[in-house]
Amino acid sequence: MDLKEKLVTSFLAFENKGGLDLDSNVHSIRSKAIQNFEKEGFPTKKDEEWKYTSLNSLLKHDFSLFPETKKAVGFKNVKEFLINDIESYTLIFIDGVFSSFLSDTTHDDCDVCVLSSALTRPKYKMVVDNYFNTIAKDNNSLSDLNTAFAKEGAFINIPKNTIVPKPIQILNFSTGSESEVMIQPRNLVVVGENSHVQIIERHQNLSKNTVLTNAVTEIFVHKRAIVDYYKIQNDTETSSLIDSTFVSQKQQSVASVHTYSFGGKLTRNNLEFYHEGEHITSNLNGISILNNKQHVDNHTLVNHKHPNCESHELYKGIYADKSTGVFNGKVIVQQEAQKTNAFQQNNNILMDDGASINAKPQLEIFADDVKCSHGCTIGQLDDSALFYMQSRGIPKKEAKALLLFAFGNDVVEKIKIPQLKTRITKLIAKNLGVELGFEF
Amino acid sequence: MLSIKNLHASINDKEILKGINLEIKAGEVHAIMGPNGSGKSTLSSVIAGKEEYEVTEGSVVLNNEDLEDLAPEERAHKGIFLSFQYPIEIPGVTVTNFIKTAINETRKAKGLDELPAKDMLKLIREKADLLEIDRKFLSRSLNEGFSGGEKKRNEIFQMAMLEPQLAILDETDSGLDIDALKVVANGVNKLKNKDNAVLVITHYQRLLDYIVPDYVHVLYNGKIVKSGGKELALELEEKGYDWLK
Repeated sequence: MDLKEKLVTSFLAFENKGGLDLDSNVHSIRSKAIQNFEKEGFPTKKDEEWKYTSLNSLLKHDFSLFPETKKAVGFKNVKEFLINDIESYTLIFIDGVFSSFLSDTTHDDCDVCVLSSALTRPKYKMVVDNYFNTIAKDNNSLSDLNTAFAKEGAFINIPKNTIVPKPIQILNFSTGSESEVMIQPRNLVVVGENSHVQIIERHQNLSKNTVLTNAVTEIFVHKRAIVDYYKIQNDTETSSLIDSTFVSQKQQSVASVHTYSFGGKLTRNNLEFYHEGEHITSNLNGISILNNKQHVDNHTLVNHKHPNCESHELYKGIYADKSTGVFNGKVIVQQEAQKTNAFQQNNNILMDDGASINAKPQLEIFADDVKCSHGCTIGQLDDSALFYMQSRGIPKKEAKALLLFAFGNDVVEKIKIPQLKTRITKLIAKNLGVELGFEF
Repeated sequence: MLSIKNLHASINDKEILKGINLEIKAGEVHAIMGPNGSGKSTLSSVIAGKEEYEVTEGSVVLNNEDLEDLAPEERAHKGIFLSFQYPIEIPGVTVTNFIKTAINETRKAKGLDELPAKDMLKLIREKADLLEIDRKFLSRSLNEGFSGGEKKRNEIFQMAMLEPQLAILDETDSGLDIDALKVVANGVNKLKNKDNAVLVITHYQRLLDYIVPDYVHVLYNGKIVKSGGKELALELEEKGYDWLK
């Protein structure tokens, strides 16, 4: 039985034991989603959007779909993956199951809790009916697959006029209790008018086993709200991640999604922004630093539908050894979206002959009074700059690191949480194999 | 201090230096002059250790140590400094971070601890004042968007910070107006002492009015064809290079 069949046949059992009212809205959404997945299946390289990323080798694994955690995971096991030196709310999931013991949730001024309770408790029925799967719907078969099995993940519901006092960390851990594990976290974030929230998300494999994570996050940003969402992707070499993030923004809101891809066997990011009002700002920042045979694919979309909105996209990549990257940045400016400012930049450095990047900026502009630009570069480190630095006593390795740091610095500079910035800087230094004698 | 013997060097199998002999002692200022394409910049790059150049014959010896197998940074640690004709722009790295890294890497190579931040700051300010460099300038990205004069002044600032034994100034006067030239030359003269040496590489005599050489050498077609005192520079200015060919 291949993975697709296994998933489809597991669906009924999953639904029956889920404790859901089978007449519920959620049930019909899931049923529809599994039908879509059954029809479409996993994407292949024949699919234009998957031309440079193949899932073939991953799909051969006999994944356990509902892993059980036998070994207890203590705080000491997960501590290093948290941003520790700040106060935060934390939502920690072990093999897809929420760990209330390790987490720090709240219902005081806002809801920082789990999707399972949102999907089942009458209190949240309206929220779920209004938001759940409204932007992820009919997008792609992998999101459908996630929707079909959507059961657990973060549920963050911020009422209007609320500044969430501390960042929220969402951590998904997988353990070694099953040899091949597929997990499908599903997050729902609703941010009310004038509210502000910062979220840090991370997926981490605690074992050496093969893990495939197929995650979907829907983020709703109401009028004048501000959302900063940081994704740390630094997983082990046996872990793969398909991460789809859909952002819907109302007027005058500002949403920023930062994606740091430093590891994992295969990482595919689908990041999509949909505008539902005027004077919206969307920021997309990414930095990928890969080595060995790692692969990262950043597919982004900004859909400008209304006038007077802006989007700023900056993705940088450093590829060493035989690592490969894909950048596909699509910007649509619809006919009504006059006075749009849409900027996109993608810069890449290839460190070795075996490394490669496929970059594809895609601008579809149907309005005539807009400012849109895109720039894409692929290069190598400048030998003359290296010699210049060496001639001042800086060894070649450090000189390279300094140049690479400088290259990625404008992305790192956009991090608004200082402790996170320090952490990301350290991760970059580690990935580049250097210790830095200075701070940026 | 520096002893160059029968130095031959080539790039992409094309021989540029064809047997250079040069002795520089501590406390001396030497000038190398010559027409375009004579090998002046190649000589400075070879001394500094640029990898593209291949030394096919002869040697460069600093304080009795052959430099042949040393990387550019190791030569820098031993006291060689090359001021570039065209300093490289490095966006994202500030002047301060760059020089801090250079100083601390050099100290590390000598087995010394990093310079404490307070002392570093004091040193940076002292040397910046010496070269009349605005403090704001120090937090800008290295050479990015600098004028020709600012770039050269920044080179001498770095030289002042690193206190090399042998400073090679490659066409430091190019792109400088007369005021900037005076500031730069004045900086070099203040740094000059009996224990270090300066090798000035220049096309024109102009700079040598301000940095006065003890010896002048004329490089032509990869060889030193004439050496003399500072008056040789004036003679070249008057007659050009043709009479030496």
